[in-house]
Amino acid sequence: MSRAIRTETRPGHGTALALTLLALVLSVGAYTLVGLGKKGHVPVDLALYGSIFAVGYLGAHLLIRRLAPHADPALFPAAAVLTGLGFSMIFRLSGGLAAEQATWIVVGLLAFAGTLVVVRDHRQLDAYTYTIGFLGLALLLLPIVPGIGRTINGARLWVRIGPVGFQPSEVGKVLIVVFLASYLAAKRELLAVAAGRLGPLRLPPLKHLAPVLFAWAASLAVLFLQKDLGASLLYFAIFVVTLWVATGRAAYLVIGLALFALGAWIGYQMFAHVQLRVDIWLHALAPSKVFDQGYGQVAQAQFGLATGGLVGAGLGRGSPWLIPFASTDFIFAAIGEELGLLGTTAVLLLFVVLVGKGLKTALEAADAFGKLLATGLAASLGLQAFVIVGGVTRLIPLTGVTLPFVSYGGSSLVSNFVLLGLLVRISSGPAHRAGDARIRSGLRAQAAEGG
Amino acid sequence: MDRQIRRLGLALLVLFLLLFAQVNYLQVFASQRLADNPANATRQLIAEYEVDRGSILAADGRTVLATSRRSPGALRYQRRYPQGPLYAGITGYYSVIYGRSGLEQAFNSYLNGSAPELLPQTLADQILGRPKRGASVITTIEPALQKAAAQALGSQPGAVVALDPRTGNVLALFANPTYDPNLLASQDPREVRRAWSRLINDPDKPLLSRAYQELYPPGSTFKLVTAAAALQNGYTPDSLWPNPPVLQLPQTTHVLENFGGEHCLGGAPKITTAQALTVSCNVVFGEIGLALGADALASQARAFGFAPDAASGDVPFALPFQEGVFPDPSYFTRRLPAVALSAIGQDNVAANPLQMALVAAAIANGGVEMAPRLVTEVRDPSGRVIQRFPPREFGIPISPQTAAELTRMMVSVVQSGTGTAAQIPGVTVAGKTGTAQHGVGRPPHAWFVSFAPAENPQVVVAVIVLDGGSLGSDATGGRVAAPIAKAVMEAALGG
Repeated sequence: MSRAIRTETRPGHGTALALTLLALVLSVGAYTLVGLGKKGHVPVDLALYGSIFAVGYLGAHLLIRRLAPHADPALFPAAAVLTGLGFSMIFRLSGGLAAEQATWIVVGLLAFAGTLVVVRDHRQLDAYTYTIGFLGLALLLLPIVPGIGRTINGARLWVRIGPVGFQPSEVGKVLIVVFLASYLAAKRELLAVAAGRLGPLRLPPLKHLAPVLFAWAASLAVLFLQKDLGASLLYFAIFVVTLWVATGRAAYLVIGLALFALGAWIGYQMFAHVQLRVDIWLHALAPSKVFDQGYGQVAQAQFGLATGGLVGAGLGRGSPWLIPFASTDFIFAAIGEELGLLGTTAVLLLFVVLVGKGLKTALEAADAFGKLLATGLAASLGLQAFVIVGGVTRLIPLTGVTLPFVSYGGSSLVSNFVLLGLLVRISSGPAHRAGDARIRSGLRAQAAEGG
Repeated sequence: MDRQIRRLGLALLVLFLLLFAQVNYLQVFASQRLADNPANATRQLIAEYEVDRGSILAADGRTVLATSRRSPGALRYQRRYPQGPLYAGITGYYSVIYGRSGLEQAFNSYLNGSAPELLPQTLADQILGRPKRGASVITTIEPALQKAAAQALGSQPGAVVALDPRTGNVLALFANPTYDPNLLASQDPREVRRAWSRLINDPDKPLLSRAYQELYPPGSTFKLVTAAAALQNGYTPDSLWPNPPVLQLPQTTHVLENFGGEHCLGGAPKITTAQALTVSCNVVFGEIGLALGADALASQARAFGFAPDAASGDVPFALPFQEGVFPDPSYFTRRLPAVALSAIGQDNVAANPLQMALVAAAIANGGVEMAPRLVTEVRDPSGRVIQRFPPREFGIPISPQTAAELTRMMVSVVQSGTGTAAQIPGVTVAGKTGTAQHGVGRPPHAWFVSFAPAENPQVVVAVIVLDGGSLGSDATGGRVAAPIAKAVMEAALGG
């Protein structure tokens, strides 16, 4: 924490503009190709969707330039390509879903802009540790509340209040990451104190294990009450990773893994749906089961990816509608069918860029909270992408989470754009404005505390 | 903290490398195996029907045996067989669930456009976004003869094959029962499964053509092979043979009788080879067989294309031809009576109309046996010929003299012997009847093998009518099969 708050200029806004234009061309191009491949002509809504992307992406670029001038030039364009690619694939699967997704992209970009406007300095968030933590936890458990919780596809991870339905776990994810970063930035030195040794591991005092156990129990509760395997896994992983980064104690990682193994074992013993997921993973292509529900989903994803092969069937030329939930959980397989290994590799690389740039942001952040926040946000993106892509490709058992920026879904898209906004903010450093005394005094207070 | 962040970055990179390895496995290494998984049937169906599969055409280049047309349904193209059952034995079926048969299978790489000759055009089509187009297959089939064969056979179980002896061209190839390949090409998988289960469970096996895929005792038509062996081994049409009422078989108390227990030629003490063939005398042909021995008979049969067993055979043909069977000489070592029985086309001797048509074609073509030819050329979608199949010689089983002598003997069969029903006014017809026993108490198979005109043969016709056809146990080759052969020859010569 000895580094001064960075003020040097990034290598040019030209790079950011070029990358944003590239993202725009790729997004609108993919969408146009879907129309050509599917119907043989340019999509009729090209002007509408094309201008949404043009205004949205270029507007975001200008806003970043103004409010976060030192931001990493690749962060937004990488997410923009993923968003455009996902939109094209959703349009390819259903025009109606695409119209909804376009609306959510607009809302997501507005949320991104709102994040940059409101959060002029990420350390503002550090002031509301427990409020944010409480909100996150409340959102997490909201689907359990009778009357507003909805069970969809066997998992209770939806909330419907009046006409508005959303997935609180997606929104909660960002809040939990902020809470963890804030909490651990404050407590990290305390938690890092070693009380004893176990072989090469320095063990923390027993009382400091309480938060780990609490997070573990919360994750299990999500699994118990909501049957949401993916979110449960993700929360716990983010927690353990952030704790380890904060304290530098490998013991937390080891204990976390042990608890994860224990939780997985308990889950497997207690829940038929967990056993089913494992059986599907192992026997998706067994001739006697391949047409059964669940098995068929995973099998179709394998067939779609395999039929796509190296270069894919071409946008609009494959049969991705054969894959159940192709626009949400299985969108990676749909992309693989029509864009082949080249397309899937591109998606993986874009996530590597996003996560890599996120972690680079963490390394360059001047304060502990910023480091932990960027780490948590980047890790949650990376882990979520790994969990769903691994599940779809049968590398690991499938746990239903969305593929960030790509999958259809408002909650996921909006919360990931907020997440992106925070990363952009941290990577640029605080926006300095004359007369913004509140932030400056906050900075001073922070510097005094963290220094 | 920074150290942990870097390690975290490394760990996440490893996870993404695992994903990269996994997509490589799925999309490159295991991709073909996974894509061919039977559970991926819908995608395979869609891919197959994406192709504008080439047509199968008759010799005239216009009559369509099989073609593809645009489909209004989810699948782009629909396979169609305009004449349905008439050409099923030639085209075969084309079903994405149950695979292919016939020419659909034999010429699949041309029809579906995957043959290397079609690569430049396929690439051009792909760049222009046009559907992949397959090549067309031009057959030797004459629609008039095919229709005449189907009509003459009517509802009787059996088969008809017509060849041009000069080229080996297959002019007609029809069998009863047949089936409608349209049912198996349906885009409704339930309909296809229903049709398939009905066809596959039918005891008459309609999916196997009786013209070239099944085997039956050839009966007296095989006497052509025996007579050929005799003439090739020093006997003449005028060689005299003892003519007892029954033939006492060696090594046994069994006797060989003539058809209906008659004494050949009114009981003349000796008759010639030619006379024996004309009246189809079993007793004398049994003697001829025993006089020649198994080696001579087997090698003569082999020269005509007969194989030692059903699993072997060397006659080249576009379709899976089951060659006739004449056992290896070793089979006869301790079974001398079987030599006499085999000489009259019984015991373990087996054939089908295509095999017997090849025998007659060799006789008609001066001793040169042409390989049966069903496809003359393959044309790409723009009409350019990309593959030609010229006529091929299979072998020379008999000398020109033997061929001429056998032709004269076969002419007398039609003029004054068992085959008079095949006479065509103004045309010299050569033929040989057969009435083959197969199992006690069952009506015989009626055979007729023929060609015309005898002095300049243009068409060979072989017919089998199973279980006596409409005449049942009263059937003979002359009464049931000869009129069918006559109708097909008339269609060939009149056209």
